[in-house]
Amino acid sequence: MSKIGLIIGREIKSKLYNKTFIIMTILAPLLITGFIAFMIQMTQSDKTEQKVLVLDESQLFKDNLSGNDYISLSYSDQKLEEAVDQFYNNGFTCLLWISPTIVEGGAGASKLFYKKSPGFAFQTYIKDQMERIIYENKLKANNIDPNIILNSKQNVRLILEKVNDKGKTEEQNSFGFFGFISGALMFTFILMYGMMVFRSVMEEKTNRIVEVIVSSVKPFELMLGKILGIALLGMIQFIVMGIITFGLTTALSTIYLKDISAQLKVFDQQQELVKKNGTSVDFSKLEKFDDKLEVFDLVRKLEKINFLEVFVCFFLYFIGGYLFYSSIMAAIGSAVDSESDSQQFITPVMIPLMIGYFISTKTILDPDSATVFWGSMIPFTSPIVMMSRISNGVPLWEIALSLTSLFLSFFLTTWLAGKIYRTGILMYGKKTSWRELGKWLFYK
Amino acid sequence: MAEILRIQQVSKRYSNHVALNEVSLNVQEKSVFGLLGPNGAGKTSLIRIINQITGPDSGEIIFKGHKLGADDVEHIGYLPEERGLYKKMTVADQVLYLARLKGLSKWEAKKRIRHWFEKFEIKDWSNKKIEELSKGMQQKVQFIVTVIHEPELLILDEPFSGFDPINAQLIKNEILELKKNGATVIFSTHNMGSVEELCDHIALLNKAEKILDGAVKEIRKTYRSNTYKISFKGSAMGFANTLWTGGEVLEKHTEDDVHSFTIKLVPQLSSSAFLQAVLPGCELLSFNEIIPSMNDIFIQKVNEGNEVFGTKSNYTD
Repeated sequence: MSKIGLIIGREIKSKLYNKTFIIMTILAPLLITGFIAFMIQMTQSDKTEQKVLVLDESQLFKDNLSGNDYISLSYSDQKLEEAVDQFYNNGFTCLLWISPTIVEGGAGASKLFYKKSPGFAFQTYIKDQMERIIYENKLKANNIDPNIILNSKQNVRLILEKVNDKGKTEEQNSFGFFGFISGALMFTFILMYGMMVFRSVMEEKTNRIVEVIVSSVKPFELMLGKILGIALLGMIQFIVMGIITFGLTTALSTIYLKDISAQLKVFDQQQELVKKNGTSVDFSKLEKFDDKLEVFDLVRKLEKINFLEVFVCFFLYFIGGYLFYSSIMAAIGSAVDSESDSQQFITPVMIPLMIGYFISTKTILDPDSATVFWGSMIPFTSPIVMMSRISNGVPLWEIALSLTSLFLSFFLTTWLAGKIYRTGILMYGKKTSWRELGKWLFYK
Repeated sequence: MAEILRIQQVSKRYSNHVALNEVSLNVQEKSVFGLLGPNGAGKTSLIRIINQITGPDSGEIIFKGHKLGADDVEHIGYLPEERGLYKKMTVADQVLYLARLKGLSKWEAKKRIRHWFEKFEIKDWSNKKIEELSKGMQQKVQFIVTVIHEPELLILDEPFSGFDPINAQLIKNEILELKKNGATVIFSTHNMGSVEELCDHIALLNKAEKILDGAVKEIRKTYRSNTYKISFKGSAMGFANTLWTGGEVLEKHTEDDVHSFTIKLVPQLSSSAFLQAVLPGCELLSFNEIIPSMNDIFIQKVNEGNEVFGTKSNYTD
């Protein structure tokens, strides 16, 4: 056993002292959180100062358009040509011209002149207001109170509750996207560390040091030491990455989510009020969160996820899935002389992983389908598919069964891989076929 | 002398060929044992079985009186034919790792590393990565790895292939020194010169079978063919007449008045009887028996074997 310890130690040391490995461990979480921050930043509306001069020939919008903290509006009765002529040298950033026939519609009914292209958010902001004013105006023209229309419109949120055998219900948190991300991460991790085992085995073979080592330890011990060493390395990396990511995302969420959670609180209070008092609530006094509903939904779903459960499951499935696949990878690594020969073996191993990945995309649409269920039970795909299901809430017995079968299969694949491995590492020069691998299983 | 290793009817088959067919050998303690044979004869298969890298299909290996087991690897040192090291690991780390795999404590291993590195003059290189070393230096490191745990049995597969002459000499001297210190050495080689120089005993394998074994001196004696080289002054004609019924002339050479004959005597004629017959007629300058070299024996035996198996190709080396 102490020899396996030595092998594990060497495996970890050789990677830990590797600069690329260290850089990757630190850089990957930075890149991921950086990417998320970038995405959030991109969706945030650009807050460029806009000074708009409005030429309203329809006389419909005067003093009805509202600005905000970065958009200010002024009105003028200037002629269009005159205003355009002067526009470049006056202090306004945009010139909004509204035709007298805007209510009748038609293209070109309104024009926005600019010096520097105004952002999409700004355009939408102006356009939405104009549409609302025209809408209300038309309603009024037909003697309809816009408030009636507004109050009669109601968003419906469909809450899914699952009833279990004890008649207890629980709210289903079908956050498919989160599951999909977990599944994809699992896929990446298994493949990454599986390939690490593959390379490490092949390196020893092509270096021709393996024969010296197997004269000191049993080939199976060498293979196991290698697999366990890289597993430990993976856990170390996983934990370090986890801590860095957690730290960064916490920092990030305090920056970005502070406003959101305050708004969410107000929103919740308003919802309570509406529930109690019905439509008699004065809606004009309530803050409007129409554009925030999706974000609220996201935050709610994230809050409902049991991150500890997800983390523990991810850890267990990573270990199980890694061990399962890495022993196969070790067997393959022993059978080839160079990376270019390895493709014919790696592709068939990639296929079940890819299938797992595709099933995990199905989880988003149809989390309770039979495909998804079996995908999360069969060891070839279970780590990926189960991770995509886990945030939806999976009964404990299913997790237990799937993990048990995964770990039992690991013993089987390792045993078989060991048989291929001990023959493979000493075979040189011959191009190996699948048939050959099958024969090696039966050598004494 | 006690025997350190006994191989009993060991067989090994692969799916499409037989690597070893009921091979039995005895290796005496504190001797140098040569394992000879053409390529593909089964030498490496046998060596791997002794190193427990693969198992025999049948047969037994007895090491120091007991059945060879997992613990015995600590008493065996192995230098494979295809040898390499971790390219990215430093020399010292590498030797330490491999020594500890052979069961040495960290402290003991470090002490011996210091000794060997000084002896082989590679101390300054201990913190260099293997890939930065010249091939000759890598070979030195490989040899140190093989012997650092002071094995009682040292197995060297083609130790002189790939070594430059200086390193080969270094290894030869080390082998002899290790033998003097009580180690037993088994080595496989094609280099017959080194066999005669180093080996006490040999076994010759061909086509998975042992076709010859024994002490080198004994084998060469057995393969004596009553052939002699004689130089004399005097009448070559008279000499030939004396020889007439006693043997045949294989080669003759004359320089000035000195005649040199290589002759093969008939088995019933002893060399002394022959000398008594020729001495009266000539002035004898030298008389030597020609003992066949291991190389000759090797080629002869392997070709005999091949004829039995019906192959036509002759082994020449």
